[in-house]
Amino acid sequence: MRTIIKCRRISGGYGEGYALVSPEPISFFGQIDRATGVVCDEKHPLYGESIAGKVLVFHSGRGSTVGSYVIYGLAKRGKAPSAMICMEAEPIVAVGAVIAGIPMVDRPEKNVFRNGVFVKVYADRGLVEVLD
Amino acid sequence: MHLTSEEERILKGEEGYGRQKAMEILTVLGDIYGAERLIPISSAQIAGVSYTSLGDEGIEWLESLQDCRVTVPAMLNPASIDLENWREMGISYDYACKQLKIIDLYRQLGVKPVCSCTPYLVGLVPRFGEHIAWSESSAVCYANSVLGARTNREGGPSALASAIVGKTPEYGYHLDEQRRATILIDVNVKLETLSDYSAMGYWVGKIVSSGVPYFRGLKPRLNEELKALGAGLGTAGSIALYHVENVTPEYHRALNGQIEKLNFTDKDLREVYCDYFKPVDEPVDLVALGCPHMSLMEFEEAAKLLKNRRVKKGCKLWLFTSIAVKSLAEKCGFLDIIRRAGGEVYVDCCMALAPLRSLGVENVAVDSAKAAFYTHLLAHVNVFFGNIKSCIYAITEG
Repeated sequence: MRTIIKCRRISGGYGEGYALVSPEPISFFGQIDRATGVVCDEKHPLYGESIAGKVLVFHSGRGSTVGSYVIYGLAKRGKAPSAMICMEAEPIVAVGAVIAGIPMVDRPEKNVFRNGVFVKVYADRGLVEVLD
Repeated sequence: MHLTSEEERILKGEEGYGRQKAMEILTVLGDIYGAERLIPISSAQIAGVSYTSLGDEGIEWLESLQDCRVTVPAMLNPASIDLENWREMGISYDYACKQLKIIDLYRQLGVKPVCSCTPYLVGLVPRFGEHIAWSESSAVCYANSVLGARTNREGGPSALASAIVGKTPEYGYHLDEQRRATILIDVNVKLETLSDYSAMGYWVGKIVSSGVPYFRGLKPRLNEELKALGAGLGTAGSIALYHVENVTPEYHRALNGQIEKLNFTDKDLREVYCDYFKPVDEPVDLVALGCPHMSLMEFEEAAKLLKNRRVKKGCKLWLFTSIAVKSLAEKCGFLDIIRRAGGEVYVDCCMALAPLRSLGVENVAVDSAKAAFYTHLLAHVNVFFGNIKSCIYAITEG
């Protein structure tokens, strides 16, 4: 099944990959290993998972504004998500996506994202395609 | 958000990569916060300076921007080391090189390598009503509240982007309606010291969290008291603006309709010293003063307290300030007294970012609630909070 969902463009570009859905907000500074893109905070529900190459779906970012630079560094090392979908964008992740050149949208009209579904993010057009 | 044709051109990359990225950051923030346009700013104060927080990624980001320059006066947040006397602080060569590299990259972007949380004491002084893009939370509070300038609490990348473009999205504290008081604080206790102001700020920040407090019954004598108050407010919460009746420049138009009221009493003040933090009554091995960076007047007070006293063996006294205030304190003779007593003055840096544990420090006394909070959190040491006299007397003998 193919579902098209309208979103708001945050950072332009196209990205695709398998969805990794976080039930909790993410602080890139502190909760993501800067070198590998693996969630390194034992208290986070995604502990041990790699965000590299995934379409990362989460409510929003939190924590230090340094998180933006962590996202930039992950992209430089090829360990960043291929796209990000937030329920509600906030400056840390949004600015991180912009400086890293990662496609990002927020406010999806429907939330049908589950771990492992294939997602295409057309950020410029503010559209997401979910293949289930 | 509506963009002018010139802004569109920058966004398309016609003025280079650095300006394009900066414009992208500003438009994204403007869209997130519902701003209608970008407005010109007169200065920027930029976070994202210490190597500890920026990391190698931050260095790569700054290197990628080297095809552009800032277009308004801009200064930096404190670094994690004294940029000249880092060896005396016990900092490794490798760490210092990375930190100095960051400062150098900012300098090449046209940012003044002045690293301070008190830019308004060293020449970056916005006028009433001017729009600015500042980062450091206590400086933001001072600029908004005491000077009547207008800024949101900017993150490192957004402050730098604003400095490059010379503009910021118009939302939040740039707008009249966001500058009205949201809570009234009746001050029913006489505040005696800077640490009292700091403590009250922390208490209000913790309870109110965000919004705009309006203080009634407060009679500050010194700008330093307002600096301490703002630092406390910005630490426990995300407060960026406050008003003091009959004192700060916008108080007369801050009240509008019924707002919630809180009393601040002697009991609340004692609660901050004794329950939120620990009072200075156990042995300490370091006293750190200068959060926010010390003013000339604060050096005078420290020198008075240190006259004919001596730091005890095995203890340290560190004072933090900007390079400009340090030279003035030298001229005034305050530093002679402080050095003779065994105190050390460090510039351009922040006590909470210093690697205290690796320097063998375990118990620190401070006279600022902001320092108490962050030093404990970032430097992982035991922290005690008291007024400047109790701090100094804890590690000196006469």
